[in-house]
Amino acid sequence: MTLDLLRFTTAGSVDDGKSTLIGRLLYDSKQVFEDQLEHVEQASERRGGEGSLDLALLTDGLRAEREQGITIDVAYRYFATARRRFIIADCPGHRQYTRNMVTGASTADVSVVLLDARRGVLEQSKRHAFISALLGIPEMVVAINKMDLVEYSRERYEELVEEFSGFAAKLSAVKHITFIPISALNGDNVVELSELTPWYDGPALLEHLEQVEVAYDHPNEKPARFPVQWVIRPASGDYRGYSGQLASGALRRGEEIAVLPGGGRSRIAAIDTYDGELEEAMAPMSLTLRLEDELDISRGELICHPDEAPAVAREFEADICWMTDELLRPGSRYVLKQTSRSVTAVIDRIEDLIDVHTLERMPAPQELGLNDIGRVHLRTSAPLVFDPYTSNRRTGSFILIDESSNATVGAGMIAVAA
Amino acid sequence: MSVAARPQLSHLRALESEAIHVMREVAAEFERPVLLFSGGKDSIVLLRLAEKAFRPAPFPFPLMHVDTGHNFPEVIEYRDRRVAELGERLIVASVQESIDNGRAVEETGPRASRNRLQTVTLLDAIAEHDFDAAFGGARRDEERARAKERILSFRDDFGQWDPKNQRPELWNLYNGRVHRGEHARVFPLSNWTELDVWEYIDQEQLEVPSIYFAHERPVFRRDGMLYAWREDTELIDGEEVFDATVRYRTVGDMSCTGGVESLAATLEEVVTEIAATRITERGETRADDRVSEAAMEDRKKDGYF
Repeated sequence: MTLDLLRFTTAGSVDDGKSTLIGRLLYDSKQVFEDQLEHVEQASERRGGEGSLDLALLTDGLRAEREQGITIDVAYRYFATARRRFIIADCPGHRQYTRNMVTGASTADVSVVLLDARRGVLEQSKRHAFISALLGIPEMVVAINKMDLVEYSRERYEELVEEFSGFAAKLSAVKHITFIPISALNGDNVVELSELTPWYDGPALLEHLEQVEVAYDHPNEKPARFPVQWVIRPASGDYRGYSGQLASGALRRGEEIAVLPGGGRSRIAAIDTYDGELEEAMAPMSLTLRLEDELDISRGELICHPDEAPAVAREFEADICWMTDELLRPGSRYVLKQTSRSVTAVIDRIEDLIDVHTLERMPAPQELGLNDIGRVHLRTSAPLVFDPYTSNRRTGSFILIDESSNATVGAGMIAVAA
Repeated sequence: MSVAARPQLSHLRALESEAIHVMREVAAEFERPVLLFSGGKDSIVLLRLAEKAFRPAPFPFPLMHVDTGHNFPEVIEYRDRRVAELGERLIVASVQESIDNGRAVEETGPRASRNRLQTVTLLDAIAEHDFDAAFGGARRDEERARAKERILSFRDDFGQWDPKNQRPELWNLYNGRVHRGEHARVFPLSNWTELDVWEYIDQEQLEVPSIYFAHERPVFRRDGMLYAWREDTELIDGEEVFDATVRYRTVGDMSCTGGVESLAATLEEVVTEIAATRITERGETRADDRVSEAAMEDRKKDGYF
């Protein structure tokens, strides 16, 4: 049977039981290997005494983390069921690791936000939900955990659903929110439906994850965006192909296309892959295009349908998550990379700073610091070809790179041309 | 909530597309990449991905094998044949030469292995050829210290990996900027599992060295694993050599790779066996990971693959 691929993030603080949840998902769906379990059993007993099994240890990999007992970086875990192949981006919950949460969320199709049924909707939970929405994850699952500690109370569950829903009403990027009462520790409603929550008529978490829609299920609903990554031109012969990965939408042989920002027009003569020519290709396939006309297209340009073109601009506003100790200030200059295109960018103004607790935008801060998120006005040395991030996560996103240290210092999401 | 319809793209095709994208990005953003080819299954998949990414042109980089001198002969034979088939350039960096030049010191004793010595040879070769990016077949599911590895992993001018200092990797935007003397390791198979690799080999009908399939060979049991017996193997008291039908799940150096008893003699049988397996690939067969809980992490800090 053909499986498809789903990426989801898990977010929650160290006490919410997020690592236990992942351990439980892997353990109950029989994806944990015996030797991994043995390692964890031994480590659990060393720390917690005989008989203890800390499933959270399945996901802590680095020495420093094991010593401190926390997760300090995004960890990727893999498992599959009969229906679907999963990639989990397990993100740390501490405020100072916002940058890692943003990282893990950037490629996710689903966000799993954990609430501790006893402690309720904490600032951490709101921040995680907010970041998931900011990063454009369309589907959210709120797993209300530790139901065992509130006696599987329906009232408590519904109280939390209402409170979270009130908060989440502001998160417009999220298309659906699903609530599930679980106990990661005891396994209720994680893989198997629990008898202890008879009032709950939804699916268990894993079943929901197996069914939820993946980002690319409807490629024709989005305009075609083909950033040219690489040009294939063997030394001998006439072959000239433009290679890349379709960022969104679909392309067909014979269709008319436009090239931006250059402005050329042509028709698709062939869609090549190593396995042969295709009549049609859809995102996220990697392919090579041959065009009827001899245009001179280079890496960094974008091919699209002429009537569905993206924006082209050198000035725009974007939300930026700042990821380094050095401060972001007006006048700062960086390398900006968006799709396959790199330009120089200058920060003109910092418009606001988002308070992730209240979701209020506070106007005109002096600077952005590590883990801050704010709206910034930028100018680039050459035009960018883009869509607003809320329309297209691939063409609306960019990174900022420090020219001297080469570090990735910021993650950006374009709001609008300015 | 809408229920997903029939999948447009299988997970293997989605993973393949991502890997091709990574390879093209690196080819475009770096000046002198190299593809580390060991003849093992992961690097075999990398070669096919390179074909898919760059054909009909030649690869924009050479292949390199860090040869410990203790490889399975079947793997060397396979390596040479495959490279000839592809018509690509192969550089062989020799650990033996590093030892002869005094750059690396041979381990002694029955548990000696050239596994750690590869790091010296690898880093010297990277410096000699001035490579700024090296493709490797490592996956994140292989081992705990790799779960946090980036697809593009930054190594300083000593070839060292600092887990606290890796760059955030967002969307599919890779930051490939390095200073002179530094390089990036690139892992296009980061999101692939062992099973994905085998299913892909099956899908593409790729040839792999015969030792991946069940065959008979003289072995001895040590530390709960089955090692291949070579002429110059130093046995410990009480160890006996016997013939067994084994196959290899991973192909490292002969001195540190254990085989598993298996009758899986075809690709299909191997895939079925792996799908049912309960022990990770490396846990079952790699002595180099067992040295300590943090063995891989320590080796990576020193500049290992």
